[in-house]
Amino acid sequence: MSTLLDLKNITTTVNAGTKEEKKILKNINLQLADGDFVTLLGTNGAGKSTLLNIINGSLFPSEGHVILDKEDLTAWSEVKRAKYISQVFQDPKMGTAPRMTVAENLLLATKRGKRRGLRMRGLDKHLAEFKEITAKLPNGLSERLDTFVGNLSGGQRQTLSFLMATIKKPKLLLLDEHTAALDPNTSHQLLELTNQVVQKDHLTCVMITHQLKDALKYGNRIVILNNGKIVLDVRGKEKNKLTEKAILQYFTD
Amino acid sequence: MSLVTSTIGQGLLWGILALGLYLSFRILNFPDMTVEGTFPFGAAVCVAALVRGVDPAIATLLSFIAGLGTGLVTGLLYTKGKIPILLAGILTMTGVYSVNLRILGKANVGLLNHATLLNAKFLTKLPANFPTIVVGLIFAICIVILLALFLNTDLGQAFIATGDNEKMARSLGINTDNMKILGLMVSNGLIGLSGGLLAQNGGYADVNMGIGTMVIGLAAIIIGEVVYGKNLSLSARLVAVVVGSILYRLVLLLVLQLGFSTNDFKLISAIILALCLMLPLFQKKFHIHKIWKRGIEKP
Repeated sequence: MSTLLDLKNITTTVNAGTKEEKKILKNINLQLADGDFVTLLGTNGAGKSTLLNIINGSLFPSEGHVILDKEDLTAWSEVKRAKYISQVFQDPKMGTAPRMTVAENLLLATKRGKRRGLRMRGLDKHLAEFKEITAKLPNGLSERLDTFVGNLSGGQRQTLSFLMATIKKPKLLLLDEHTAALDPNTSHQLLELTNQVVQKDHLTCVMITHQLKDALKYGNRIVILNNGKIVLDVRGKEKNKLTEKAILQYFTD
Repeated sequence: MSLVTSTIGQGLLWGILALGLYLSFRILNFPDMTVEGTFPFGAAVCVAALVRGVDPAIATLLSFIAGLGTGLVTGLLYTKGKIPILLAGILTMTGVYSVNLRILGKANVGLLNHATLLNAKFLTKLPANFPTIVVGLIFAICIVILLALFLNTDLGQAFIATGDNEKMARSLGINTDNMKILGLMVSNGLIGLSGGLLAQNGGYADVNMGIGTMVIGLAAIIIGEVVYGKNLSLSARLVAVVVGSILYRLVLLLVLQLGFSTNDFKLISAIILALCLMLPLFQKKFHIHKIWKRGIEKP
C-alpha cells in the first residue's frame, strides 16, 4: 500500500525563547498508508490535538514537513488544505452553522475546497440527494432538512458534522474525540456509522479517543502519544492482541 | 399628511443604511462603528461632487464607492492588522472625519439650486415628498432584490457561513478573511449610498451628521424583527428591515407630535432602541405572549 500522509520530523515549540519554552511534539515521524484507520491515544497534554492541528493546518510546525499524497502541504493554510482534509470537532457546535438549515449546511460541505463564486447555490437540485443520504442515518435528520441547525440536538448536530465531513470524500478524515460530548447510546451509534463509512468509502482516517475500548474495537492501527513522542505504533494482528491493560502501561506522565 | 409622506420617504432612504448595517451587525455579527464615519463620508462625497457640477447619478454612485472604501479600510485593519473590530471601526470613523472636512472645506455645505437625483425632470410633476418616496422605493427594491440574490449564491452562502461559524467555514475551505472584507465593503457601500441620498434629500452635507446613525440603523433592524418575528426567510428579513426603518421614522414623528423637540431625537432614538432590545425580557416577565394569545382565543 502506498503512503498517503507522511509526517517528517515534526517538532512544535511554544513560547520559544522564553522561560516557558516547551516542546509539545518532539521529532514525530509518522506514515499513514492509504486506507489506514488510526486511533490516536494519549493522556491530556500528550500532544494529540496539536498533532491533528499540524495536519489540518490550523497550526504550523516549528520544524518538519507535512506531506500528503506526495504534495508538501507544510506551508499551506487551513483553508487551502480543506480541499483534501476534512475534520469533525469534539464540540457539536463547532462543525455546523446554527442559523442555516440542515440542507444549507450540507450544501456548503459539498463545495468544500472548491471556488465559491456568484453562481446561484442550486439548493433544490440537491434536496433529493440529501434526503436519500440522510434517510440512511439513525436520528431522523431526513425529516429535518429545513430545520435550523441551532434547533437540533447535540447528537443530530454531530451526525450532521460527520456527514458534512464525508459527503465530499476527503483524502484524509480527522476526528477529534468526535463522540466525547454525546450520551453513550448516541456515541455508539455515531462510532458505528463512522466505522461503516470509513470502510465503505475506503477513507484514510485519524481518530482521537479517550475510550480504550473504542480504540481497540475500531481501526486497523493504534498510535499512542506520550509527552510529545510516539511510544506505541502497532497495526493488524499485533493491534488485535492488545488489551486495555497493556495500553495503560504506555500512559505515563 | 405631508409630514407622513415625507417621513415614509426618509424611512426608505434610511432603510438602505439599515440594510447595510444588517450585513455587518446581523450576518457577520460585527459591531461595526465605521457606519458613523461612512454615512457622512457618502454625504460629503456626493455633495462635493454635485456642487462641482457632477451628474447626480454619478455623484450618487460616488457615495457608494466612498462607502466601499471605508469598509475596505476597516476590513483590512481587522483581518490583516488584527485590530479588534470595534476598535478598527472607531479608527476608520475618527480618521474619516478629517477627510470629510477636507472634502467639504467646511463643516456644512448646502446644495442650494444644484441638480440632484430627487429633482430630476421626471420627478418634478409628482406632488411634494413623492420624489423621495419614488427614488427611495426604486433603490430599496433594487437593493433588496440584489442582496437576496447575492445571499443565495455560493459566495453569499459562504459569507453567511463565515458570520455563523467561522471555524467551520474555514474547515470547509472558505477564506473567512476575504468574506469579512467583502461584507464590510458592501455593508459600508450601502451606508455611504444612504448618506449620499439623504444629503440630496435634505439639501446639505454636515460633518457631524453621522452621530447616532448606528442607533438609527439598529432600531430599524430590531423593530423589523419585533414586528415580523425571527422565523423569516432571509429575503423576507431584508424587507422587514426596510419596513422597520419606515416604522421607526413614524414613531419618531409621533413623538415629535407629542411636543418633543428635534433636539431630543437622539435621546428618544436611544430609548426606543433600548426598549425594543429589552422586549424579549418583558415578554417573559409579564407573559405578554400569553395575554396576547388568551385575548385571541377567548374574545
